[in-house]
Amino acid sequence: MIEKTDVVIVGAGPVGLFAVFELGLLNINSHLIDNLDKVGGQCAELYPEKPIYDIPARSVVTGQELTDELLKQISPFKPKFHLNQQVESIKKIENGWLIETNIGKVIESKCIVIAAGAGSFVPRKLPIDNINDLENNNVFYSIRNKSKFDNKKILIAGGGDSALDWTNELSKNAEVTLIHRRKEFKAAPDSVSKMFELEKQGKINFLKGQIKNINKSSDMDEVIVSYDEDGITKDIKVNYILPFFGLKMELGPIANWGLNLNENLIKVDTEKFETSVSSIFAIGDINSYPGKLKLILSGFHEAALMAQECFKYCYPDKKNIFRYTTSSKELQKKLGV
Amino acid sequence: MIKINIKDRNGNNHEIDADTDYTLMEVLRDKGFDIEASCGGCCACATCHVYLCDNWLSKIKPIDDDEEAMLDQAFNVKKNSRLSCQIELSDELDGLNIEIAQE
Repeated sequence: MIEKTDVVIVGAGPVGLFAVFELGLLNINSHLIDNLDKVGGQCAELYPEKPIYDIPARSVVTGQELTDELLKQISPFKPKFHLNQQVESIKKIENGWLIETNIGKVIESKCIVIAAGAGSFVPRKLPIDNINDLENNNVFYSIRNKSKFDNKKILIAGGGDSALDWTNELSKNAEVTLIHRRKEFKAAPDSVSKMFELEKQGKINFLKGQIKNINKSSDMDEVIVSYDEDGITKDIKVNYILPFFGLKMELGPIANWGLNLNENLIKVDTEKFETSVSSIFAIGDINSYPGKLKLILSGFHEAALMAQECFKYCYPDKKNIFRYTTSSKELQKKLGV
Repeated sequence: MIKINIKDRNGNNHEIDADTDYTLMEVLRDKGFDIEASCGGCCACATCHVYLCDNWLSKIKPIDDDEEAMLDQAFNVKKNSRLSCQIELSDELDGLNIEIAQE
């Protein structure tokens, strides 16, 4: 089923969220798509607890607080979120676009607003030459069906919550080895002590080291993992490797949409923040123009100007008269105040 | 102004002049070195990973728990690994010698 809206916003970080507000004031509805499982972008994923000091009129606000406040601010406009997916392709149709995500969701809209920051968050891949061949055969960065690992030899790498949680969970039905560069872990203390308890009981193995290479074994189902332990290279044979080294950001499929790019940033004008393709806009850290500063406040400004131009695509026959939320009864009605 | 010697990811050596009162990451990024620093310097990623060469590790402020934990997300971590966003440049670091770690 194709869903319809006025604007699809690619990226639900602070700037994408605020775009909902500026568009909403002009009676423009929006849907947001984000590859993360939550809204807030980098603010929520990378630094939810860290303070930000340069949001106007907020002397200090954390990444998560900023996200929560923005969600509250845009709630009157009831944006629809499509999380855990990224836009795979876009197709021009009469008066708009068909946007398709990697899990097959299709949305029709009049405009597209790219507010994708530094790109989609994707798992950080092991830096070894043949990693792409191994991916989804022996190497998995996420687990969709854990029974796949039943009775298999698994090597889990990393020291954060994902690594520890999966070590503890998969140890019930699989032969799990955890490899981490040190004996201290960033993961929640509860899961760490549970892991050490399992190790004591012989239910998992722990290796202190870092993965260097992965080679196919003569036994087709297995791979040989070479790892470095205090300068000494050792091998372990396993069926599957689950590396958990956090997330990194990648531009992803946006690079193939035919937009003018400048070193992975999207070129826009500074009047409308429109890209080289009409009715596609780019705001926030993803765009590039002379004098650009990658600040959240710049993205907010860009969102406001972008919305003015989107109005022309969404309501080609209407005139947009500029109004203030402080004085306009009509705008206040929209905000439900 | 101090001098910093940098070995980039292709193995080429560079000597740059750097203003103090910036972090090493900020200077590397400003000079156009290939370093992602995706969190912008708040010690929330591990994409500004460098190695401190010679004896420089012992001459800078020791690593704290936060930085050590972030290094868990880096690859090829060595004893002289640091996140460049946590290294504040000062006159004492004149002649600093570093290598940018592979991504």
